[in-house]
This record gives sequence, C-alpha cells and structure tokens, in this order.
Amino acid sequence: MALVTPGLAAWGLMTGVAMVKSGMSAVELTLMALFVYAGSSQLAALPLIAAGAPMWVILATSTCVNLRFIVFSAHLRPYVAHLPAWQRVFRGYLFADLSYGLFIRRFPQPATSAEGIAAQDAYWLGNGVSCWLVWATSSLVGAALAATIPVSWGLGFAGVLALLATMIMLATTWQRLVAAAIASVVAIAAFALPLKLNILVAIAAAIAAGLAAERLPGGVGIADEEPGEEHP
Amino acid sequence: MSGTDLATVATIAGMTVVTVLTRTLFFLPDEPWPLPRWLEAGFRYAPIAALAAVVLPEILIADGHLITTWRDARVFAAVVAAMWFLFRRGLLGTIVAGMLVYLPLHLGLGW
Repeated sequence: MALVTPGLAAWGLMTGVAMVKSGMSAVELTLMALFVYAGSSQLAALPLIAAGAPMWVILATSTCVNLRFIVFSAHLRPYVAHLPAWQRVFRGYLFADLSYGLFIRRFPQPATSAEGIAAQDAYWLGNGVSCWLVWATSSLVGAALAATIPVSWGLGFAGVLALLATMIMLATTWQRLVAAAIASVVAIAAFALPLKLNILVAIAAAIAAGLAAERLPGGVGIADEEPGEEHP
Repeated sequence: MSGTDLATVATIAGMTVVTVLTRTLFFLPDEPWPLPRWLEAGFRYAPIAALAAVVLPEILIADGHLITTWRDARVFAAVVAAMWFLFRRGLLGTIVAGMLVYLPLHLGLGW
C-alpha cells in the first residue's frame, strides 16, 4: 500500500487543485475531500456544481460514475458477510478502484479459516484507512497549493500509472488478459457515452469475454486459482 | 475562494450518500442476494476490466477522441511504466519511472 501512495497522492493533489479552480469555498472543498471520497465522481461533479446545475442532476451523474462500485460490492460480499451491518457499510465506504485491485490480488478467494478471515479483515481495514488518509491529506494540500500547481502540469497522471501497475498485477491468466483487452477496446470505442457509462459497458463486455474464453480448449478450470502470496 | 453555499453543502452530503450506497449496495442485506453462478464466476474479471476501462482511455483519449499522434507524453510514460513493472515489479519504481518520462516530454516538449 505504501508503494502506491505517490500515485494516489498526486491524484488527490490534482483533485484538490480542481476543487479550488471550480470556485468551491474552503468549507465546501474540505467537506468534499473528507466525505465524498470518490475521485472520478468528484471530478465529474465539479463543473456541474460550478455551473449551478440542479442537485438531482449532480447526484444522478455521481451515481452513474460510481456504478462500477455496485459490481465490486456484489463481488466482495462474501468477504464481509461475517461482519455486522455497520461494519460492512464502513468497510464498503473505504474501498475504491485501487484498493479493490490490490485486495483481490492478495485474496483471490474468500478465506474459510479463522486466521484467513482475520488476515483479510486486517488488510482491508489497513489498506482502506491508509488510502482514505492519503486521499484526504493530498486533496487538502492540493487545495492549499492550488495557486502554485497548474493543472497543465498533469501531475494527476501518476494516479493513472498506479492503476496501470495494479492492472498488470492482476493479469495472471490469459483469460484475464482477454478481459482487459476487451475492456480497453470497449471503453475507448464507447467513450462518447455520457456519465462515464463506457466503463460499465466495458466491464460487462469483459466479463462476457472472460467467461467465453474459459470455455475455449485449454481454458477450463485454470482461471484464478493462484494464492495471493505476492505482496504488492 | 467564494463563500459557502448551503445548497452546495447539501449536494456534497448527497454525493457522500451516493458513494456509500454504490460501494455497499450488496453489503446492506443481512442475507446474501442470490446471484446466478455464471455471474459470480464472471466477477473474477471485474477488477481487471474496471481498471483497464478507467486506465486506457486516460492514456489514449484526448479531447474526447482516440489520439492519432504518437507524440503524446502519456503513451511513452505508460509504456515505460508497464515495462518497469513487468521486469522490476515495484509499484513505487513504476510510478517514478513513468513520471520521469512523462514530465520532461509533457512540460519540455509540450506533448
């Protein structure tokens, strides 16, 4: 986790800068950095807030940009099923793209033993809380430095590189490579869709492609059984 | 900075609810919602697909369209970062190597 910090921090920094540039007050941007905790949804909402769009339009946009998280929550449900409801909600709030990728790399299957479950819980909490702290801190630092860091420097690209490395880390079977290739092509081809819906369409297409690839000769039963022993 | 606007604060509260609801929708019920087995099997492709769908457009799209030039700092930085990660494995090195390619090309040459 400590190793992806620069990527996440650079991304938070630029989100902080963007919040100031869109004219938010110190109170507003602090609340947003601390609570909303969803970079892509924040960046999508900022121009709408600046333009004075109706609240329902902003919330609908935010929901669409976040739809992929619903897929993640369906996938991760078995990992939190043993926890009380408020703990499940708290843990869910903490995960985003980067923590999801790192977590699944480490724990491809839900643990069945007590120690396994304890290790999963500890990793989820540690990873999630650190990501939140890095995000909140870097967003506020970005807001404070907004006058000195031009958006045109493109420092936020470090966040893309962190996600890129996490993606390569997950490419452990050829079926997953197929899924990643299909997701990339579909996300680019459908880029013109509003509200980042291209991401959702790409995930659906990639799941279909990955399942189809498993049915090909040589593809049966080899997907995804490796233990997550490698420490990111 | 402008003054704080109550409507904006309400919007931020609403966005927080959206974050929580989308991230925890399937965590909320005490009993699991039954999902078809094929879909549960398909979830193993969701993480890499989501990352690919977020990352590749960030590298290959400019102004809403697929880039047609090779003179784009993001492409070189992504290739170097990917190579670094494949051969050297460290996340930190990957980010540093990628940015060391990206910043000179982007700021120096304007790519």
